[in-house]
Amino acid sequence: MPESVRNFATHFFVTGDPMIYGADAAITLVSLGIVFTLTYFKKWKWLWSEWLTSVDHKKIAIMYLISAILMLFRGGADALLMRTQLAVPNNSFLTAEHYDQIFTTHGTIMIIFMAMPFIFAMFNAVVPLQIGARDVAFPYLNAVSFWLFFFGAMLFNLSFVIGGSPDAGWTSYPPLAGLQFDPGPGENYYLVAVSISGIGSIATGINFMATILKMRAPGMTLMKMPLFTWSVLASCVVILFAFPALTVALALLLIDRIAGAHFFTMLAGGNPMQFINLFWIWGHPEVYIVILPAFGIYSEVVATFSSKKIFGYKSMVASLMAIAVIGYLTWAHHFFTMGASAGVNVFFSISTMCVAIPTGVKVFNWLLTMFRGRIRMTMPLLWTLAFIPNFAIGGATGVWLAGAPADYQFHNSYFLIAHFHQTLIGGVVYGMLAGMYYWWPKMFGFKLKDRFGHWAFWFFNIGFYVCFTPQYILGLMGMQRRMYTYGANMGWTSLNFVSTVGAFLMGIGFLFIAAQIVHSLFNMERDVTGDIWNGRTLEWSLPSPAPHYNFAVIPTVSERDAWWEMKKAGNTSDLLPNAKEIRPIHMPKSSGVPFLMGVAFFVLGFGVVFNWWVIAIVGFVGVVACLIGRSLEEHPDYYVPVDEVVHTEAALGRL
Amino acid sequence: MKRITPKGKLVATLAMGVSTLLLTSGCGQLLVFHPAGPVGQSELQLIWLQIALTAVVIIPVLILLAIIVIRYRDRPGSKAVYRPDWSENRTLEIIWWVIPIIIVGILGTVTAKKTFALTQPPKNPSNPTVVQPLTIEVTSMDWKWLFQYPNQQIATVNYCVIPTNRPVQFMLTSNGPMNAFWVPQLGGMEYTMPGMIMRLWLQADKPGIYYGHGGNFTGQGFAQMQFNVQAESEQQFNAWVASIANNSPQLTQGEYDKMAQPSILGQMSFSSFPPNAFENVVMSEGGKYMKHDQVMMNSISSK
Amino acid sequence: MSIAHSGLQHHVDEPLQTGVPLEFSTEDGATKILGFWLFMVTDVLLFACLFATYVVLYKHIGAGASAAKLFGDDVSGFTAETFILLTSSFTCGLATYEMRHGSHSRLKLWIVITMLLGLSFIGLEVYEFSTFVSHGDTMSTSAFLSAFFTLVGTHGAHVSLGIIWMGLILYQISRRGVNPVTARKLFIVSLYWHFLDVVWVFIFTVVYLTGVM
Repeated sequence: MPESVRNFATHFFVTGDPMIYGADAAITLVSLGIVFTLTYFKKWKWLWSEWLTSVDHKKIAIMYLISAILMLFRGGADALLMRTQLAVPNNSFLTAEHYDQIFTTHGTIMIIFMAMPFIFAMFNAVVPLQIGARDVAFPYLNAVSFWLFFFGAMLFNLSFVIGGSPDAGWTSYPPLAGLQFDPGPGENYYLVAVSISGIGSIATGINFMATILKMRAPGMTLMKMPLFTWSVLASCVVILFAFPALTVALALLLIDRIAGAHFFTMLAGGNPMQFINLFWIWGHPEVYIVILPAFGIYSEVVATFSSKKIFGYKSMVASLMAIAVIGYLTWAHHFFTMGASAGVNVFFSISTMCVAIPTGVKVFNWLLTMFRGRIRMTMPLLWTLAFIPNFAIGGATGVWLAGAPADYQFHNSYFLIAHFHQTLIGGVVYGMLAGMYYWWPKMFGFKLKDRFGHWAFWFFNIGFYVCFTPQYILGLMGMQRRMYTYGANMGWTSLNFVSTVGAFLMGIGFLFIAAQIVHSLFNMERDVTGDIWNGRTLEWSLPSPAPHYNFAVIPTVSERDAWWEMKKAGNTSDLLPNAKEIRPIHMPKSSGVPFLMGVAFFVLGFGVVFNWWVIAIVGFVGVVACLIGRSLEEHPDYYVPVDEVVHTEAALGRL
Repeated sequence: MKRITPKGKLVATLAMGVSTLLLTSGCGQLLVFHPAGPVGQSELQLIWLQIALTAVVIIPVLILLAIIVIRYRDRPGSKAVYRPDWSENRTLEIIWWVIPIIIVGILGTVTAKKTFALTQPPKNPSNPTVVQPLTIEVTSMDWKWLFQYPNQQIATVNYCVIPTNRPVQFMLTSNGPMNAFWVPQLGGMEYTMPGMIMRLWLQADKPGIYYGHGGNFTGQGFAQMQFNVQAESEQQFNAWVASIANNSPQLTQGEYDKMAQPSILGQMSFSSFPPNAFENVVMSEGGKYMKHDQVMMNSISSK
Repeated sequence: MSIAHSGLQHHVDEPLQTGVPLEFSTEDGATKILGFWLFMVTDVLLFACLFATYVVLYKHIGAGASAAKLFGDDVSGFTAETFILLTSSFTCGLATYEMRHGSHSRLKLWIVITMLLGLSFIGLEVYEFSTFVSHGDTMSTSAFLSAFFTLVGTHGAHVSLGIIWMGLILYQISRRGVNPVTARKLFIVSLYWHFLDVVWVFIFTVVYLTGVM
């Protein structure tokens, strides 16, 4: 029955667009290339035993980082497609249908599949080392989190070639995102994929909170913790309180779509507003979830490269926690224009403006940390310095948007777009890049060379202002977000064109970062000291990269900036292990189950997307089997024998 | 890193090029900064206040950043003070906890006043006599705007005409996905939501044709959801109403239902509309569960 | 099993802490119990969101039955469910008590009784749901029914998971005896069970009692 087969195929695969065919070909080629390379170099076993089954936080960090950079590439490509379409009026480079899909995937990927894994890469790479722990509290769960994120991301990206991408915006408001107006599988992809990786995010939040609360080295009281660890703690508190709302919002919309329920439909009593509330109860704290760790990174970087203590440590901690708490009480500022009473709007206006207070304090404290310091212009610090003006402007426009009557004019216009890109790129992406440059030597054992780094920095940073400054103005001219085209008579042409040029400059900046990584890989400059930046905190007391058990002997901490103080007092040798002190080290075993659980979730999700229940049940059974298997496992851990530790430490020259 | 490099020059050149482009691009009007009515004006006042007060923080931050980075840069023979352990100063910290609190206090007060004021019909100091407001019922559909004049019994699509110097209460709802009603020069936006009636007060002080657009994405025809609000003197407005009532076709229920289906339309005028079309849409889509909608509906019919 | 499970923490060879219950005696056990409390925070919020949605929608009955009508015919059903689940929480508490102070055979007996009570709760709930559906009150009838089935069904799914989980732990206790690991596992599943009981008290009040009043 070729007719029915063809019919199925045209609905199943996305067809009819040369760009999609190009992408299909590219995906096939890349996959074949990866398979070929792995087979040719006989690396399958290595991949499985060293990476896919690893529960080591340092390896999970690297996998998160690679995923985040790949997703940054995909989201960035989406952005360039959109900017190309908008460069000139009445453009037909993309149809409305494609444009809608692309801005939806751009937003979703950047927030859920780029920013989140990027911060988790930093959590994983740094927190256990910074607090003197051998791994996170629940290493196995950590691997589960990663694979849920990973397969969620894979499922989401699959929509590009199979079934069609979601097209109701990353906020996915019903009733537009409901079955009535959006019948295809694209929206299901969004709901299922984001839910799966959301479960992973909740687990990460729990994991790092328990790690920080229970596993700090002896002597490291809360007020002696490095600020990055503090920021992770604050971020995890917000994750715990915010993500369940997202899970519920997405689940209920999914139930509407696959079981014909009426939570958010227009008929039979559904209330779309309820989705919007639940979504933003997660959605606004989400921006603090991703920005707080960036604040932590800036604090570490500024102190290290000013060779000076952070200014106002207590204020910094207080402001982190204040932002976490106030940030949870601001969600309704996303819909001042949805008919809330004046009283409600005033409450959320003021609570939102209040976030600016602790944020402003942090900016002044960073400045004063550099004041009377010795500022070394390294890559991490460059990105940090570029962040400050960016965030000052983004923060100010945020205060403008917070005033409800002003928001009536800014809402959903390009002014808003420019504002949140300024805070999310200028705040989060710059922070993550600063963190990446800063901890890269610790993660990989070699430094990223500056050669292409400066080009990347200047292209990206200048491109940023060229791209987004015009968008502020366009918003004031009345240009709305999510318009796939505009008329030549609107007077928006030149600014849009400039903005597109800026976007491409940022794209070039990204390519320079990629070039920098490749260049540094092939001209490797090994970090043999372990303390390449003259750092302040415990991670720099370890070799780069750290041995898999991190600390042969757990350090005892007596002051803030423990490593810096020890260097100052000249007793760093206290941290070197003594052969007699070394005991067998208790570590978790590697396990393939987290990976398989990710696969099972992927199968389950795929079945749900297409309402193919047999496939969904197979996936579900797989998930349950993984859970049961884990529960029954009697010895999920083992001891690293003393000999091995002694041997490793001796080889590192630490004995 | 080297001091003044070719890179530095490139950066400067690029920055200058861009700013020239921006300044000379002869682009469209900054609608938000050219309000044509008291609502837009009031919102603009707040925006100016926000700009001024946030500048109080931002400008010092930028200047401080530049000074500190230049002064304390690590270079051989630097004579700048170096105090690696200096990390506390209560006075300074109090200053920058307090300044933002004061700014937020001022902005918060003004925001509160304005937010409450904007829920009332605009007051017109130049014309203190109470003017009866005009009511227009607005329904957003896929992908067009339907305007119904309940007291004039006429309807238009994708444009509406309002008299100048008279408050207009737009009663907004949606027959389809949520949209938002935005006429930047008259004032800020309000959503149109299925099953709900939302009120937006606007007023035009001078005649003109004001650009309006949907503010919330509703699918493939969203970019075309443009409409015009045409402000005319009271007499011209009355003449316009009469001519529509006499010369335009009727909007039957059948045509209304057809209109509610996804399509993109130009401007249209009708001398009638199906009775209670607006109320029925609101009620069938969840309005019956909302006390708020009942209140709004009463306020329409009492006019 | 002695001390094998002191986890990744620092003092691997530290002897078992004395004077604390077995499940808290290792750092690993204590950390996992903390982790579970944190998980319950997220689960509380999950239910809070579902409750909020239910409260927003419970008068939105469309053309379907109202809460008063639906639950008015079912008073004996939900009262029995409540009684059974509260009792199971008590028996679950007895299991923990026996684990700490008493005999392991009685411990297993109380777990079995808890599971049986849980199963009968689920049985009643399935019966209740199928009765509603057979009268045409399904999830797609109205927003109220969507919210009802989802909220109560989510709780039911939690209870079902709890029964399977308890079974797995019963198996482990039978095979491996009571040691710091199995004690911690039993303690955690009992926390979970009591938590579901508390959620049910809210469901009973917000959904059923408010409905019939």
